[in-house]
Amino acid sequence: MNGNHGTNHLDAEPVDGDTRYGPDDRIAISLTVNGEKVEAAVSPRLLLSDFLRGDLGLTGTHVGCEHGVCGACTVHLDGVPARSCLTMAVQVDGMEVRTVEGLAGSDGTLHPVQRAFRECHGLQCGFCTPGFLMAVTHLVENEELAETDDGVRAQLAGNLCRCTGYMGIVAATRRAAAEIASKG
Amino acid sequence: MSTRQFGARVQRNEDARLITGRGRFVDDLPLDGVLHGAFARSAVARGRITHLDTTAARALPGVHRVYTHADLGELDVTMPLLIPHPCIGHPRTQYPLAHEDVYHVGQAIAFVVADDRYIAEDAARLIEIDYDILPVEVDPAKAALDGAPLVHEDVPNNIAAHLVQVSGDPDAAFAAADHVTRIQVRVDRSTAAPMECLSTAARWDAVSGELTVWDGTQAPIGLRGALSSLFDLDEDKVRVVAPDVGGGFGPKIVFPYSNEILVPFAAKDLRRPVKWVEDRSENFVHMTHERTQIHDIELAATSDGVVLGLRDTFLHDTGSFIPYGIAVAQVASTQIAGPYRIPAIHVTFDCVYTPTVPVTPYRGCGRPQANFAIERAMDQLAAELGIDRFEIRRRNFITPDEFPYTRPDLVFADGLPVTLDSGRYDDALAALEKALDLDAIRAEQEQARAEGRMLGLGLSFYVEGTGLGPYEGAKIRLHPITGKAYVNTGLTAQGQGHETAWAQIVADQIGVRPEDVIVVEGDTGVFDWGVATFASRAAVVSGNAVHIAAVSARARIAQAAANMLEADPDDIELADGRAFVRGTTSRGVTLAEVATMSNPLRYAFNKAAQTATQFAPTARSTGKPLPDGERPGIEVSEYYSPPHATWAYGVHAALVEVDPVTCDIDVKRYVCVHDCGNMINPMIVEGQVAGGVAQGMGGAFYEKLEYDENGVLRNASFMDFLVPYATEVPHIEMIHLETPSPLNPLGIKGVGEAGTIPVGQVIASAVEDALSPLGTPPVRQVPLSPSAIHDLLRQARVNV
Repeated sequence: MNGNHGTNHLDAEPVDGDTRYGPDDRIAISLTVNGEKVEAAVSPRLLLSDFLRGDLGLTGTHVGCEHGVCGACTVHLDGVPARSCLTMAVQVDGMEVRTVEGLAGSDGTLHPVQRAFRECHGLQCGFCTPGFLMAVTHLVENEELAETDDGVRAQLAGNLCRCTGYMGIVAATRRAAAEIASKG
Repeated sequence: MSTRQFGARVQRNEDARLITGRGRFVDDLPLDGVLHGAFARSAVARGRITHLDTTAARALPGVHRVYTHADLGELDVTMPLLIPHPCIGHPRTQYPLAHEDVYHVGQAIAFVVADDRYIAEDAARLIEIDYDILPVEVDPAKAALDGAPLVHEDVPNNIAAHLVQVSGDPDAAFAAADHVTRIQVRVDRSTAAPMECLSTAARWDAVSGELTVWDGTQAPIGLRGALSSLFDLDEDKVRVVAPDVGGGFGPKIVFPYSNEILVPFAAKDLRRPVKWVEDRSENFVHMTHERTQIHDIELAATSDGVVLGLRDTFLHDTGSFIPYGIAVAQVASTQIAGPYRIPAIHVTFDCVYTPTVPVTPYRGCGRPQANFAIERAMDQLAAELGIDRFEIRRRNFITPDEFPYTRPDLVFADGLPVTLDSGRYDDALAALEKALDLDAIRAEQEQARAEGRMLGLGLSFYVEGTGLGPYEGAKIRLHPITGKAYVNTGLTAQGQGHETAWAQIVADQIGVRPEDVIVVEGDTGVFDWGVATFASRAAVVSGNAVHIAAVSARARIAQAAANMLEADPDDIELADGRAFVRGTTSRGVTLAEVATMSNPLRYAFNKAAQTATQFAPTARSTGKPLPDGERPGIEVSEYYSPPHATWAYGVHAALVEVDPVTCDIDVKRYVCVHDCGNMINPMIVEGQVAGGVAQGMGGAFYEKLEYDENGVLRNASFMDFLVPYATEVPHIEMIHLETPSPLNPLGIKGVGEAGTIPVGQVIASAVEDALSPLGTPPVRQVPLSPSAIHDLLRQARVNV
C-alpha cells in the first residue's frame, strides 16, 4: 500500500482489464494457518500480510517495505518461504500458511531457530526477526547449510536487518542447523 | 553470593516476546473501532499550491474526514524549533500540513481518515492538487551562492545558521607551521531506514478527557510536552507510549512529525481511535535525513608530522527546515580534531536550506563527516610528509596523562567546552596493529601487487562524545507479592536491550536474577522525568541513574530486613531473592516478605499480607504504623546528571581488494578496536558495534539519496536505495578495551553510534591504498559506488 499522492514511482495507475471483481467484492477463501482451519471472505485486493495481521490478529508477521525487498513479512506457503506483502489473500485459498506464531510447539517449546536467535543475539529491535526466523527455519529444515560464512550470508540475503550487522544472525543460523543436524 | 551480572553476557529479557511473534509495535496493538489515516504529499520540491480540492476524496464511501491546514484551528502553527541557538539567524520550521507553499517532495498537504487503509489511500489519490512550480537548487554548495533560488524567500543565500568557533591561536599555529595540507571532502545524504517506519495511533477518551498516543518515537516525554502544549491539555491528560520500536537510529528523536499532530487531532475530532503507519516509500520522503556536508580542512604541521593547528570550513545541508537546530553541524564541528592534541582550531560552518527532506541527527550525528575530514587530512599529511599512516597518528595522540583534555571555547552539544575525559589511544592503535599483523599484511600486499591484484589497507581512528545530559532518572519498586523488582526510566529502547542491561545493574545490588527484574520504559504514564534516547547516552545517563537507584533500594531493603531479623543493617546480605544475616543463610526473609512488611496494611488479602496488617502481633508497636518521614514499601527514585560528555574512542581497519574491471570492492578483513569504558553486557555491546559498522558500510558503499535537479528523490525505495544485506557486511573482528570513565559511578561510555563513525574513512583509505600503484587521485567522497571507483580509474588513465 502506499499513501503518497504523486510522489512514488512504484505507484502505477490501475490497468484496465479484468473487471470481474471490485474492491468491495468478497471472495471466500479456505486455508490452514498454523495448523488451524480458517474460512474467510476477503476483498480481492487484500494483501496476505494485512489478512494475517488485521483479520486473524497474527501481528507477529511484520511489514517493512511493502515491495518485497526486506523480507520482514516472510511466511511459509505450503512449506515454502514467501513474501506475504506481495501475496494477495485470495491467492492462498487452499494452502497451508505457517507464520512466526506457528514456530513454537503447542506447549510453548521454542523452535531451535528461535532459541538460537536469543542465544546468539540474533535480534535487537526485533522488527525484522519474524521474517528472519521463517527464512532460517526453512533453510535449516530443508536445505544444506553452506560451509563458509560467506555461503551462509548468501543464503540469508533475502532479508534485511538494520540493527545487528548480521553477525548474530549468521551465528544463530549455524547453531540452529547444528542442533537440528545433531538430532538427525 | 550470586554471580556478578554487570559485565556478563546475559541473554536478553526482551527476546522472549520478539522471537515468538508477540512484539508490541504500534501497528500490532489492537484498538477497537480504529480508523486508518493516509497523507497526500507534495509531488514537487518547491511550489505554490494553486488548487487544492478534496471533494472527490470526501465523497468516497468509507471516508470519515479529509483534513487540510484550514481544518486544524489552533494547531495550524509552525512546529517548535526544538534546540534553539543564537547562531540560527533564520530559523524556519514546518506546519503540520502545508499552507500555500510546499518546500520538499513528500511534505504533507492533507490527511484522510477512513474505515481502512485501502480506502484512505484511494481517497488520498482523489485529492486534486495543482502547483506553480518554483525553481530549485538541491546542491548545498550552489544553493549558498548569490542568485541561487531561495527555499525561503526571505532567507538570503539560503543560510539558516552560521557559526565560528576558535580554540587556541590558529593564526599563530599556521604561521609557525613547516607544512600545510589542504583538502576538500564530501559525505553524501543518507537515511537511517529503520525496519519499522514511523507510526502513530491515538485514542481520545471524551469522558476522562485523556489523550493516549502510541508512537514509534525515541522521545515520548518530549512528545508528551509538545502535545500537551499544542493541544492545550494538562500533562496528566496526555499519555505517550513508545511500545516496541523497530529501530530508531536518530530520526525518531524529532517531534512532532505531521502524523504526531494529525493522528491525535483526528482521534479527538472523530471520537474514534485513529492509526497511521508510514509505508516505506513515504519514509524516504518524510522521515528526516542526514549526512551531506562539504568540508574544506587545513592542517598546519611541523616537518615531522606534529599538527599545530586546524582550520575547517564546512557547509551543512539542513534540508528545507531546521527543526532540530544546529545539532548535527555543531557535533561535527566539535569532533573535528579527533583524538589529536591539535591545540589550535578554527572551525566555521554554514547550515544551508535546500528544498529537500529536513536534516536531523542519524546515527553518528555529524561525526562520520567530521571524522572523514580529519582522517582523510591525516592520511594526506602523512603522504605529503612521507610518514607512515599509523605513525603520524601516534605522534599526535593525546596521551593518557594529559586527560582531562579541554579544547577551550569549542562548545559541544551539551553547552560545555569539549573535555576528553580518558582514553588509551596509543594502546588501541597498538592492539589494532597486533591484530592485523602489519608485517604479514604488507607482505601479502606486495605479493598481490606482483600478481596485479589491487589490495589495500585502510584505517580510521575516531572519538565520540557520549552520554550527554541534562539527566535521567530511574524508579525501582519491589513488588510485595512476587518479590520481583520493577524498574522504570524516562527513556525508550529501539533494540538496545535496556530491559536486560538495567536488570543486570539492579540484580547486582538487590540479589535477584536479571529475569526477575521487570523493566518498563517509554510510557509517560509510568515515569515521566527525563529526556530521550539519543547521543549514545542511555547506558551512561540512565544506566547510572538505575545504579544509584538500585544502591538506594538495597539500603532500604537492608534496613527493613534488619528490623525484621533484629540484626544490624550492615550485616544484611541480599542474594537469591532473599535477605539474610551474613553467615547464617537460615536467618533470612524473602524480598517479597520485606516488601510486604515494609508496607503497613489494613486488609489481609493474602497470607503474607496477614503478617503486615496493623492488627498483626508482629506489627504492634507503640508508635505510628508509618513513622514520620518514612515511606511505605520498597520504592526509590534517583537521578543521575553527568558533569559533561564522556569520550569513547576506537580505531578500525580494513583490508580490501578492488577489482579494477568490475570496480567491485571485497572487504577481506575488518578489524575493530574500541573502548566504551566498562561494559554492562559485552554481547549487547558487540551487537551495537556490529550494527553500527553495518550502517557505516552502507554509507561507505551504497547509501546515497539521489535528488535530481528538480528536487525529486529518484531512489525512494529499497529497490533503488541499497541497504546492505548479510552479503554486503563483512565479519567483524572485535577487540574490547575497557578504560573506565572517571565521570560516572559505573565507569561507562556510550557505544550506540561508535561503529558507524569511522567506516567511510576506513574504506576510502583502503581503496586509496589499493589503487595507489595505478596513479589514481585521492578519495575525497563517500559513498564509493562502483561508478565512483570507475571515475578514479578513468582519471588515473587520463593522467598517465
